Amino acid sequence: MIAEPTFFDVNLAIDIVLLVMLLVVAGAIVRTRSLLTAIILFGIYSLVSAVWLVVMDAPDVAFTEAVVGAGISTIVLLGAILLTRGEAERGDWRRLIAPALVCVTVGGVLIYAATGLPALGDASSPVNAYVGRAYLEAAPNDIGVPNTVTAVLASYRGFDTFGEVVVIFAAGVGVALMLGFGPRASLAPPPQVMGDHHVVLRVAAKLLIPLIALYALYVQFHGDLGAGGGFQAGVIMAAAVILHALVFGLRETMAAVTPKVARSVASLGVLLYAGVGVVCMMNGGLFLDYDYLFPPHIEKEIPGWLLGGPESAHHWGQHFGIMLIELGVLLTVAATMVTIFYGFAGRSVDDAQREAKR
Amino acid sequence: MADVLAWIGGGFVVVGVALSVLGAVGVLRFPDVYTRIHAASITDTGGASLVLLGLCLISGFSLITLKLALIWAFVMLTAPVAANALANAAFGSGHKPRIGAFQIVRTDERRKTPRGTDAT
Amino acid sequence: MLLAAGAAGLLAAMAMMIVRAIMGPSHYDRILAVNSFGTKTVLLLALVGFLFGRPAFLDIAIVYALINFVTTIALMKFFRYRSLAQPLATRADEEARHG
Repeated sequence: MIAEPTFFDVNLAIDIVLLVMLLVVAGAIVRTRSLLTAIILFGIYSLVSAVWLVVMDAPDVAFTEAVVGAGISTIVLLGAILLTRGEAERGDWRRLIAPALVCVTVGGVLIYAATGLPALGDASSPVNAYVGRAYLEAAPNDIGVPNTVTAVLASYRGFDTFGEVVVIFAAGVGVALMLGFGPRASLAPPPQVMGDHHVVLRVAAKLLIPLIALYALYVQFHGDLGAGGGFQAGVIMAAAVILHALVFGLRETMAAVTPKVARSVASLGVLLYAGVGVVCMMNGGLFLDYDYLFPPHIEKEIPGWLLGGPESAHHWGQHFGIMLIELGVLLTVAATMVTIFYGFAGRSVDDAQREAKR
Repeated sequence: MADVLAWIGGGFVVVGVALSVLGAVGVLRFPDVYTRIHAASITDTGGASLVLLGLCLISGFSLITLKLALIWAFVMLTAPVAANALANAAFGSGHKPRIGAFQIVRTDERRKTPRGTDAT
Repeated sequence: MLLAAGAAGLLAAMAMMIVRAIMGPSHYDRILAVNSFGTKTVLLLALVGFLFGRPAFLDIAIVYALINFVTTIALMKFFRYRSLAQPLATRADEEARHG
């Protein structure tokens, strides 16, 4: 009764409606000349994408899309618009002919190739029959973590995730080098603010900031069991710091989380991740082989009942390894997002004050 | 008993969604930012409360009920505050309301007149 | 079936919000549309979770209820003050500064 009706396919109907919404929003983004409108519409686009990913049964990806695409990305784009103009130039339509031909050709080839793909979720397709099934069957024995996505991401493909963390760290370093490290906390008092009355917002923010930070920790540690993990938790933690900066001013936030602390924590995350790998190597295994995280004689002394059964005693290294590297991911992602926000938001304060002195 | 509760929960969900749809129609058809903010925030909060209550009734008492209560608490905390902040910002930007006739007294002008003699 | 009707209604409401976001003459209309779209997305995620039998999607709904607020405040602050760094003062702060 409450389950899906039998006379038409709810899944397909929702898919079609969501894709039509994506198309309409994308068309509006392309047609508008005001970049500020485009930023707002990008937020809606990311939201619809997140819902679509949920409908397609990919909660981890939907999680990341919702928090990054509709949250941090919008805020960072706003910061970028502060440093540049708010309106796009009106282009000549004749310059678009060649790119349009390329797009249509490549898109046509891709659509033609897509007709040869197996159906979504087909159990006999190569992805699901060979590699996917191997992971699903081997993960409980090898790793013992209920969420297979986390098992693949953090253990089987831990080196790829290490590369992703280093890429995020490099992005933070690049932004810090290009935009400056944010104004120092000892600048002149903040510029005059108009006489608005924002008491409600301040009280609500004081209630919400610790809740958001706490929820980030929940997502971090719940990643082993459900959707979640280090990347999503890092972005949510950065959102808490950004909310503080938005409501109480960048100076206050920089006094609480100094730019130097942010950069150090980002480096610490990468160091932790690499350190776990090196410790594994020192104990006789390969880089990031968590079975060798603890020296062999310790593993024998851990009672198996702690992990639920004598055969799962060797999961101790896997559990600890995954927990440590997810912590490293959390530290790096949160600190990098905060550094990027400081870079963009702090720069405009600098410029405004330099203009005022002239 | 559980079946009756599930039907009642489903009823709540439908009523809540209908409220949200009414609010969306209001946002489309109202003439002005302030009235649209009214339509959107009131119906969003009320509709969300009904939908979440209906889902609680459908799912029975478990961890899911706790998570739904958390969603409800966050929506009740953030949606009205966001509406207030938005109306504040729109007013501060000089957005004049299109319906109703009243005199707009800006806050920095009000500071010049002593309290108790505000212009009405 | 009731949940499917609910999901359909929410999708219709979200489509109307998209129209307002594209049409809205002032930017505050668009911010309002995004905020309301976000709240409806939270409800839709909860409904879809129940409809497809996976209550684990509620985590995404919770996090989006929080992130929606942060984005709305950032947008509102940008359009009102053209800056992301100034603090949002209260009348008590103003009176303390001006005496």
